Amino acid sequence: MRAADKPFNALPGFGLTLGYALCWLGLLVLIPMGGLVLRAMDLSWGEFWKLATADRALAAYRLTFGASLAAALINAVFGTLLAWVLSRYDFPGRRWVDAFVDFPFACPTAVAGLTLASLFAETGWLGRHLVPLGIQGAYTPLGVVLALTFVGLPFVVRSVQPVIQSQERELEEVAATLGAGRWRTFFQVVIPGLLPAILTGVALAFARGIGEYGSIVFISGNLPFKTEIAPLLIVTRLEEFHMAGAVALAVVLMGCAFVLLAAINGLERWTSRFNA
Amino acid sequence: MRRHALVASRRGAEETPLVRGLLIAVALGFAGLFLFLPLANVFAQALSKGFAVYAAGLTHPESLAALRLTLLLAVVCVPLNVVFGLAAAWAVAKFEFRGKAWLVTLIDLPFSISPVVAGLMFVVLFGLQGYAGPWLAARDLQIIFALPGMILATLFVTFPFVARELIPVMQATGSEQEQAALTLGAGAWRTFWHVTLPSVKWGLLYGVILCNARAMGEFGAVSVVSGHIAGVTDTLPLRVEKLYQEYQSAAAFSVASLLALLALATLAVKGILEWKARRAEARAGAVAETGP
Repeated sequence: MRAADKPFNALPGFGLTLGYALCWLGLLVLIPMGGLVLRAMDLSWGEFWKLATADRALAAYRLTFGASLAAALINAVFGTLLAWVLSRYDFPGRRWVDAFVDFPFACPTAVAGLTLASLFAETGWLGRHLVPLGIQGAYTPLGVVLALTFVGLPFVVRSVQPVIQSQERELEEVAATLGAGRWRTFFQVVIPGLLPAILTGVALAFARGIGEYGSIVFISGNLPFKTEIAPLLIVTRLEEFHMAGAVALAVVLMGCAFVLLAAINGLERWTSRFNA
Repeated sequence: MRRHALVASRRGAEETPLVRGLLIAVALGFAGLFLFLPLANVFAQALSKGFAVYAAGLTHPESLAALRLTLLLAVVCVPLNVVFGLAAAWAVAKFEFRGKAWLVTLIDLPFSISPVVAGLMFVVLFGLQGYAGPWLAARDLQIIFALPGMILATLFVTFPFVARELIPVMQATGSEQEQAALTLGAGAWRTFWHVTLPSVKWGLLYGVILCNARAMGEFGAVSVVSGHIAGVTDTLPLRVEKLYQEYQSAAAFSVASLLALLALATLAVKGILEWKARRAEARAGAVAETGP
């Protein structure tokens, strides 16, 4: 019985590969992370709380979380639409657009920030039409949302696309034969099936947005209390040689990242159960 | 009668051409705004002052030094993370052990940590005010604001790419072929080179190009540990920022255009690899159907 449970594995290298992987993981990821947490524990709880919830830090969290959420929701709507159009319809250039969805993954964030700032600046291709209308894309909180929308775009599309492709169209046909209109079918049959995947994509985009730095420093203008995101405040503290301030903020961001990681793992399990 | 029902259901399960056209237009508008326009703008701005200014931005000694440093970071970091990725994928995909789910989660961890926080970790360890700072300073060794720190930061942010591409591929191929090769008398290395590696090569290459793109394009983590010494610790992305802050827009865009080309090349290779993988899958399917 025991032998049937655990088949004999003749492959070599288990100890070597696992040992090597664990060493590399420990040296490169766990020790540096532990160092950061240890540094934060040098602070008393009161000191930590004061640094982590200073007015300037709170303003930075508000912008970071607010803009990440706004960008993730924009991507929830338009990303799902893009995934739908790419999987269900045929039009010239479809494969090109499909391939280009991954552009924000491949594009260095500095390039993204630079080109978005220039597009929405007063003299830019879009800014010269938008700024007279009062829409300031560059050097405002809106710029942060724009940059995060770009960075998060692939997440929702790539989470939702496989689910749309594997969804059974018979369900929609059944709904239609039972007399449901197309809109009702869409919102009561199609969308509920996609919901776990959409939420996974939103959570991934949101998590990415909270940590994002490169693209935002170009477009946001970086004004304390107005357009300063949390990762930028960490860099500012570090440049002031205020290590304790930087570490306190970093630990808060890392804590948020862990909570989100757990949430995403849960969502992914939910998605796979939906698909099974 | 039956046919009528079928036509009716088809009609009810599909959008009218007008709605369809509208949805395509909105989706393409979104893609155009956030994907194509930013890319086109990079090249338009880079060439806005003529080709001479474009070329001058690229061939400036500090840009060339940044290019060399960026290539060096990729050449050092990608192979190290490939070896790690192969080892981790082999252990995770071919064996059962306790804590495997935890290991897979830990491998993904660097993806969820802000690059700035990643950079800060190494400053905390090796910076002047850091744990090893005084010890290093006494021996005149510099890690932060120098190449070693930049290598460490790049290794951290590119850590998961190869492993996470390889693990599902190796799990899908199983281990029967390796078992067969070993039973037939092939050694462990021979089995790895001639059986395992060929069966995962597309997944491996895919991980390598993603890892490479991130290694060359990383900004936040490298920015924290670089110290921004012109011509010494500036990578291409950091050089873009410096030129932008100095209001040298055309030069900033000319350096950025190099990185945009890297992104396009990455997408192209990715497209080719996906096509190859699909074709290999189709061929394997055909063999399985017609095989003995």
